[in-house]
Amino acid sequence: MPAASVTAGRLRASAGARRGTTRAALLPLGFVSSFLTVVVVLPIAALAWESKRQGADSFWRVVSGPEAVAALKLTLGAALVVSVLNAVLGTVTAWVLVRDAFRGQSLVNAVIDLPFALPTIVAGLTLIALYGPRSPVGIDIAFTRTAIVLALCFVTLPFVVRTVQPVMQELDAEMEEAARSLGASPLAVFRRIVFPNLLPGILSGVALALARAIGEIGAVVLISGNLPYRTEVSSVFVMNRIESGDAAGAAAVAVVLLCVSFALLLAIGGLRFLVTRHERV
Amino acid sequence: MSRLGLRLVALGYLALVLLAPLAMVFWRTFEHGLAPVWSSLSDPATVHAFKITLLLAAIAVPLNTIFGTVAGLAIVRGRFPGKGLLNAFIDLPLALSPVVVGLALYLLYGRSGWFGGWLTAHGYQVLFAWPAMALATVFVSVPFVAREVIPTLRELGEEQEQAARTLGASAWQTFRRITLPSIRWAVVYGVVLTTARCLGEYGAVAIVSGRIVGRSETVTLRVDASYQTFDPTGAYAVALVLAAIAVAVLVAMTLTKPKEQTA
Repeated sequence: MPAASVTAGRLRASAGARRGTTRAALLPLGFVSSFLTVVVVLPIAALAWESKRQGADSFWRVVSGPEAVAALKLTLGAALVVSVLNAVLGTVTAWVLVRDAFRGQSLVNAVIDLPFALPTIVAGLTLIALYGPRSPVGIDIAFTRTAIVLALCFVTLPFVVRTVQPVMQELDAEMEEAARSLGASPLAVFRRIVFPNLLPGILSGVALALARAIGEIGAVVLISGNLPYRTEVSSVFVMNRIESGDAAGAAAVAVVLLCVSFALLLAIGGLRFLVTRHERV
Repeated sequence: MSRLGLRLVALGYLALVLLAPLAMVFWRTFEHGLAPVWSSLSDPATVHAFKITLLLAAIAVPLNTIFGTVAGLAIVRGRFPGKGLLNAFIDLPLALSPVVVGLALYLLYGRSGWFGGWLTAHGYQVLFAWPAMALATVFVSVPFVAREVIPTLRELGEEQEQAARTLGASAWQTFRRITLPSIRWAVVYGVVLTTARCLGEYGAVAIVSGRIVGRSETVTLRVDASYQTFDPTGAYAVALVLAAIAVAVLVAMTLTKPKEQTA
């Protein structure tokens, strides 16, 4: 009997292998999905359930309230400005790192990742040290919307650089030389040859930066002053609601942020598909 | 000429946004001499905050290292329905505001939450204590190891693993002897990123911790509290320690970055 069941087990296993899922793969899969369920899915479900429990009326009342609307507008506006700045300056930085050559280039390349390594609250504090009330260079932008944009530029700086850089490295310089030898101006070469190749990389970097900018709190919280209607971003609004005991109000705005995150993730997924298209062929 | 111009634009931007502010923190920290710096750093509340932060990292980093490696393997090598969904949930923490994460945990483990009532009745303190802070830290640092392991595994291909299996190696032996050595540096790089994220987490932990000084305060919350209570020197001193750790992380990142990404 035991021998028979072992054989049966083997048969089942090999049948599984033919179908593509082996029994050995079920254990890791079970671990991965239960880990994600406990850590990520259950809390998100609790948030969604809380906003459903409130009902659509109270949800809209909070989300369309003047303070929430001001916060959401400011958040999206600042994030859009930061995205444009990143698209331009990130592409320039990537170009300087790939096509230019100067002493200390590898150091500059390493410094790009600093915002990934530095705690965001420290990033905010460093900006106050230079551009705050006691600024040694006489620039005090604390408690203004400019400060919010600056803080978001700090934390999102690596995204476009790091998505454009590898594409630029693989870009064939011969294409550009050919265009130039046929009489194209440097601007035409960039616009017609380089830019179309870089665009998917730029866009996926911008999408990542946008998601990050919309959700950022640590870098913003100290330098923005969090003045309602003026410099209070959505994430700070949510935090203030929770700390004043209004979890329902916090949940309504948080659900809006959650939906924006999911939409951006979809966009990033689509762009990743475009960027890696040539690698899969 | 235009080459020089672009170089100046890029380097000028980096200097204005990243480097000059960071340099200012050094100056601000030491402008009143060493004594106040030392007294803020040796303050029992600060020491306790460092212990809490290290505890959270010690919980989240190993968990996410194992999860990220296994999830990476499952996504690249496995064939199963719902892979897209799994991928999306691993990426979610990258796109989600930490405040939303904190609120979600607050709702789940709070007094009226799904688990909150049962946990309170049985005497477990999750919210406003280290367990909820650990859950928040694990949540925000979920993607980093998996995101490094996945492209490396794709590039590696399956031939060597299949050869090992044909020669009679078990699944575990194949992983131990063939797969793991090849993805080692990607895992290490992911661990460095995870550690940086865990040490620097602010928004999610701020909400679920309750910010009780000397009890549930992390280092980043300590920086925040010091600055808000008009102790800028204390805030700068602690921030400088975090910045020094960040520079060490940066060096580690440069040394361990998988080759195909630097080149």
